[in-house]
Amino acid sequence: MKSFSATRLLALAFCVVVALSCAGQNVQQELAGFEKKVTVKVLPNGLTLIICQRPEAPVFSYFTIVDAGDANDPGGESGLAHMFEHLAFKGTKDIGTIDYAAEKVALDKVETAYAAYDDEYRKRVGQDPAKLKQLKADFDAAEKAANQYVIPNEFTEIAEANGATGVNAETSLDATQYFWSMPSNRLQLWAYMESDRIANPVPRQFYRERSVVMEERRMRIDSNPIGRMVEQFLATAYVAHPYHRPGVGWESELSQITATEAAAFHKIYYVPSNIVIAVVGDVQPSDLSMLEQYFGAIPAGPKPPEMTTVEPPQTAEKSVIIKDPTQPLYLEGYHRPDYRDPDDAVYDAIQDIFSNGRTSRLYRSLVRDQQIAAEAEGFSGFPGDKYPGLFAFFAVPNQGHTPQEMRTAIHKEIDKLKTTDVTDEELAMFKTRAAADLLRGLDDNQGIAEQLALYQLRYGDWRELFNQLNKINAVTKADIRRVANKTFVDSNRTYAMVEFQPPANQQAAQAQGGAQ
Amino acid sequence: MKSTHIAALTIAALLSYPVFAQQPSTVTVPPDTKTAIQAEPWTKIPIPPLHAFQPEQPTRIELKNGMVILLEPDHELPFINGTINIRGGARDIPANKAGLIDLYGDAWRTSGTATQNGDQLDDLLEAKAAKVETGGDVDSTSISWNCLTKDEDQVFDIVVDLLEHPAFSDQKLTLSKQQAIAGIVRRNDDASGIAEREAARLVYGKDSPYTRQPEIATVMSVTVDDLKAWHDKTITPNNMIIAVEGDFDPAAMEKSLRAAFEGMPRGAAWPKPEENFPGPKPGVYAVDKTDVNQSNVWIVGLGTERRNPDYYALVVMNEIFSGGFGSRLFQDVRTKQGLAYSVSGAYGASYDHPGVFYTAASTKSESTVQATKAMLDQIHKLKTEPFTQAELVSAKDQLLNSFIFRFDTKEKVLSEAAQLEFYGYPADFLTRYSAGIEAVTLADLQRVANKYIDPSKLAVLVVGNQAQYGAPLTELNLGPVQPVDITIPMPAAMRQQMNGAGTE
Repeated sequence: MKSFSATRLLALAFCVVVALSCAGQNVQQELAGFEKKVTVKVLPNGLTLIICQRPEAPVFSYFTIVDAGDANDPGGESGLAHMFEHLAFKGTKDIGTIDYAAEKVALDKVETAYAAYDDEYRKRVGQDPAKLKQLKADFDAAEKAANQYVIPNEFTEIAEANGATGVNAETSLDATQYFWSMPSNRLQLWAYMESDRIANPVPRQFYRERSVVMEERRMRIDSNPIGRMVEQFLATAYVAHPYHRPGVGWESELSQITATEAAAFHKIYYVPSNIVIAVVGDVQPSDLSMLEQYFGAIPAGPKPPEMTTVEPPQTAEKSVIIKDPTQPLYLEGYHRPDYRDPDDAVYDAIQDIFSNGRTSRLYRSLVRDQQIAAEAEGFSGFPGDKYPGLFAFFAVPNQGHTPQEMRTAIHKEIDKLKTTDVTDEELAMFKTRAAADLLRGLDDNQGIAEQLALYQLRYGDWRELFNQLNKINAVTKADIRRVANKTFVDSNRTYAMVEFQPPANQQAAQAQGGAQ
Repeated sequence: MKSTHIAALTIAALLSYPVFAQQPSTVTVPPDTKTAIQAEPWTKIPIPPLHAFQPEQPTRIELKNGMVILLEPDHELPFINGTINIRGGARDIPANKAGLIDLYGDAWRTSGTATQNGDQLDDLLEAKAAKVETGGDVDSTSISWNCLTKDEDQVFDIVVDLLEHPAFSDQKLTLSKQQAIAGIVRRNDDASGIAEREAARLVYGKDSPYTRQPEIATVMSVTVDDLKAWHDKTITPNNMIIAVEGDFDPAAMEKSLRAAFEGMPRGAAWPKPEENFPGPKPGVYAVDKTDVNQSNVWIVGLGTERRNPDYYALVVMNEIFSGGFGSRLFQDVRTKQGLAYSVSGAYGASYDHPGVFYTAASTKSESTVQATKAMLDQIHKLKTEPFTQAELVSAKDQLLNSFIFRFDTKEKVLSEAAQLEFYGYPADFLTRYSAGIEAVTLADLQRVANKYIDPSKLAVLVVGNQAQYGAPLTELNLGPVQPVDITIPMPAAMRQQMNGAGTE
């Protein structure tokens, strides 16, 4: 920017305004187009179905979102929502079994045997090793007996033999979501499968799958330096709200989750009124009656209770210093309100101005000019935004630079934001890019399905996907200063530093040459 | 650079937990395993014929100077995306300059042009929500753009300016070098990254053009003149393929591309590098990493090329071996034994050189040997456990029913066409693909398994916390364990600085 002349700047500002109105106009046109393509139906049982016609090719994508994630895990059962998500691939009363009636009897015995083992295992006083061993053997035998009825992975096999691609699901702290794409002549088959697994999941091979999820935890957290840092950071930043727990669960709790607990979670949260499903592609509004036959048959249930816990205001800065045989990292975060807050778009603006691309302030300051970081960014809504999350800053120091330098440099940028207005160009750039990114997101079935389902769930109206632009366009420079001053204060901050410490077995080698 | 960027992305990725680590695909259950007791309601659901669909192929234009243009109009949204792929990449760089292509791909764009420096371009483009980016890969470099329709002329002018008058500034090269070095210094922090990298080095060799890695010294040795020389050598029309997709009038787009490029003089044809592929030296290799509780196990050998006539049979074999949930590997290692979350494998086929045959999983330290044995067992069974008709049918179902997702959007059609053009494959390769898969028989499967799967030629790599292994790796009975040295060569001054940084 420095090298620009004043006229150049004016010309640039003019370009920005033109671009903004143009992309904004396109968004309004797209909304008008979507009004014609989108049909929403709330079924009598409370489930919301969205259909969006996009007949480019004879395929469709779907996105199911359940308004429950690992933040909803009961105390002592962290990781349960995610564990249930894995269970949703294990089949139903019809799919995945050679004889459900007999299997049900066997599965009940597995639960009884596990509960007996678990009781003994958790005994703090008077645990009997011989009895524990016997109970474990009984459980193993019950599991083996139940396994003989299982057709492993049949649910996913049917989907994929019928051309499903991208078959997967995700659990965050905020929500659980399921998705895939299929040739459009399989729409009815999909409706059968998806409704069946929502209504009738069967906890088969639960404890084997729990071992798989334990491996997932080892991969993402225990054996990953960033995973370890984030886990400790969040556990420090939150004292009351469940955002302080890792989504995958604490090792001790995850390793003791039972199928009975998973079934209880399903009963509370997998009720139709807590679920939105969007289907996008070669589909018609006339398909709705067929879809309703399947999804309307899921038994209704009461809307799950809202969470009572609200994170209390933070009153003092908190820190985590990790000495690890890994290169240094820096992460800090400030509590902010949830996505429904009137200032939500202001946080988006700060994120954009701080982090989006090579024009962003953190890139230009830490990476380009001071050359102390390989990468630096700020991001909003971490680890979630359904409940009050954090506005976080993350920096990767360059060789020879320290986390402390990252911290100082980031704070300098934050102070600037609090005391000086952002420029017209920065604000305009944010608004132009928000409009363009919204449009760019409308180019594939899976992405559209996700957006429609999410906005319908979050705001009760998918149109908010487009109308959010009004809030974005309303953001002012004064808003940014006000929100920065409100949010970025010392007593609202938690930070984590990872500092390099050679592993014990290599300290000697290190002194002689090279680094691990 | 690349690796640190990945590190940052991981932070967000860590917060949601997908059920599968890979994009799996699968096979149906042999019908005879079911008894008559269980109803199968889904078998009664009608599957009507799929609506007829013929994807529109891109228009191909070849200029007199050899430049190939592919145009795919798509008016759904007001955007235009273009990519120019240029032959020549990291595999064509001498070992003492390893890393040059990444630096080139970075500094080309950040330096900007003779008249507008990179920072000015950033301001100009970002204000329009437009992108012009450059990059480098193993066999190519590229420049691409993405903008709103109304900005196309101005943005495309920037692309042409970058091609014709790149600035390559010392300052931006230095910045790129710093980021590259940050990546090098961090490359041993992530166990899965070590495993993937070292597995490829076992297959191709440490000094192979495909796997030699940038070191601090090789990165530091790259100069602005090196970047300029590379640019002058590769930017010739007969070395470039342009693919443009989006909201444009094809005649007008052709005219503007012709105006920009028709005058470029033809250059020398790009030679394919001399290569040989001996494959790995069989045995067990190990990296000890004390800060993990899970082992990354890779079993690797040499794969093949896509032009191999046996490609289709190998694709079907892959599907049965490791294609997804119902695959032998997934069913055994993950579902039945619960030994891993992430498990995958394939007899890999690249376009113009042999790919990698790999079987990979990550498992808790204590079950390292058990999981490795299970993986080896599944590889052996490709030869000893005959493929069944049910496996064949369901693998084909999966491949053919999902085939439409190779070309269900105009972006995919264009990118496939550009890929085939780049490697000199026939344009109807996709059509042949489905016919090729249909034709595969059980005898073909058995034949290719016997021909290509040779357990005696595989290397086993384990990256993990050796003190925690339940049983020693020698129990694999594959000979002595050979440690892999992953020490990062580091100039003395930097090493000092690094140790100092750790204690602050």
